[in-house]
Amino acid sequence: MLEITTTRNNPLVDPVLTVWSWEIPLYLFVGGIVAGLMILGGIAMLRMARGEDTRRYFSLHAPLAAFMLLNIGMGALFLDLAHRLYVWAVYLTFQPTSPMSWGSWVLLIVYPLLLASALIRLPEAWPWLARTVPAVRRWSDALLARPQTIRLLAWLNIVLGVALGIYTGILLSTMVARPLWNVSILGPLFLVSGLSAGAALLHLLSVVLPPRRPAPQGLIGGAIGALVQPLGAEPPAKGTANWLVRADVGLLAVELLMLGLLLVGLVTATASHAAAFELLLSGRFAVAFWGVLIALGIVLPLLLQGLELGHRIPHTVVPALLVLAGGYTLRWLMVNAGQVSEVVSTAAKF
Amino acid sequence: MARFGMVIDTRRCVGCMDCVVACQTENDVPVGYARDWITTEVRGEFPNLTMEIRSERCNHCDNPPCVYCCPTGASHVSDLGGIVKVTANRCIGCKACLSACPYGARFVNPKGYADKCTFCDHRVKEGKDPACVSVCPTHCMHFGDLDDPKSAVATLLRSRKWHTLLPEAGTRPRVFYLT
Repeated sequence: MLEITTTRNNPLVDPVLTVWSWEIPLYLFVGGIVAGLMILGGIAMLRMARGEDTRRYFSLHAPLAAFMLLNIGMGALFLDLAHRLYVWAVYLTFQPTSPMSWGSWVLLIVYPLLLASALIRLPEAWPWLARTVPAVRRWSDALLARPQTIRLLAWLNIVLGVALGIYTGILLSTMVARPLWNVSILGPLFLVSGLSAGAALLHLLSVVLPPRRPAPQGLIGGAIGALVQPLGAEPPAKGTANWLVRADVGLLAVELLMLGLLLVGLVTATASHAAAFELLLSGRFAVAFWGVLIALGIVLPLLLQGLELGHRIPHTVVPALLVLAGGYTLRWLMVNAGQVSEVVSTAAKF
Repeated sequence: MARFGMVIDTRRCVGCMDCVVACQTENDVPVGYARDWITTEVRGEFPNLTMEIRSERCNHCDNPPCVYCCPTGASHVSDLGGIVKVTANRCIGCKACLSACPYGARFVNPKGYADKCTFCDHRVKEGKDPACVSVCPTHCMHFGDLDDPKSAVATLLRSRKWHTLLPEAGTRPRVFYLT
């Protein structure tokens, strides 16, 4: 028998760590989607630079949606800070051993990059803005006339998208004190999940926010119109939705495989990792893991999308919604179960 | 450079919490929080029981995960004997160090920054022992330079059996418990 008592009762630390609430899962989820949108948008911009895809869907909407989402993510991140007035301290230094420092600097580059990428076709997406601020059209025309610049922006989107997506996982996986996080596959897993959620979000937006004509006019009307209708005037081509669904099927399959590898990695590692595995397998997070993440968030949308592609059932927004719910659940689950998981003392057995 | 550490004799500690009170007084620790605390471990089956009472705090690890994860360098290893410290006006309150510490030794000060034991470095600079060590009524706590073979801490570690907390975490703690 082992009985341990402690006089410590520090808020957020005891009895189990609860330092991160809803803000960090939301930030990791949104950051993952932004990463996914940057990669999908980058691929579309490469095609655009080659002279294809000039009026297509991704290159127009991915950077715009990513930019708006990034603001939500950064807002959540800021709300999580306990010493907010000192947030500038992040940019006075670069700490090579801290993933958070890497991420802060990557985000600093991602912001202007997304703005520049969105600017390429901004007059199409938000005509009111181009009318109000003529410079927008001038910059857009200048970028459209330079395929080399678009190619550079596209590659930057892809490279930094991969960096951002992986960083959201590495942020957690470097912490030796939390065995559930301390697995190297977490970075790639979050990247693939972010890509899949990004594809799902684009698909969802194309369905639930169909283009309306005439587009709202004026500064205020245009701004509101842009918020509820960020997809611009061009409806997505029919093939686009199919492409997204096909990509999502592949990504979900890879995500499922990686989750399997995560479990194998945990159960074959130390006693602490095995205890973390138990949390997911049969512990207090088992319902969220098996029921919400695996069944509803991955397997069901995989089945539905497979049937959609086989023309057995009509296309609906249901799989996209499920994928997004699964993406959030993955972050929520990892952040919360990870905080509960801790290094197990082998001496506790004797 | 010195490498400060602490050696605590669990055979002498009675869990009186004088160290806890001394720390709270010396360092003005906010009410409801603790930089050091008492842990009691009871093992075995009645009547064959053993008990270990420990005064615990930040282990000022040689391999400190809280320092590695800090995005601003607020968590750092001080030049004064390798004491792990937090610079409050560089801390953004991201709480990564709280997650990274396997000992739960850190907390968020109500003012927003990460807080923890400093080995009373303000006293150590003046050649004094940390407050907890100086008040211990059973003299079970010892503080000094682990790299100095003549220091009390090094001598005790050579002559007695000891353990550290969670060696499995690989953090190389510098608070040692004599058994």
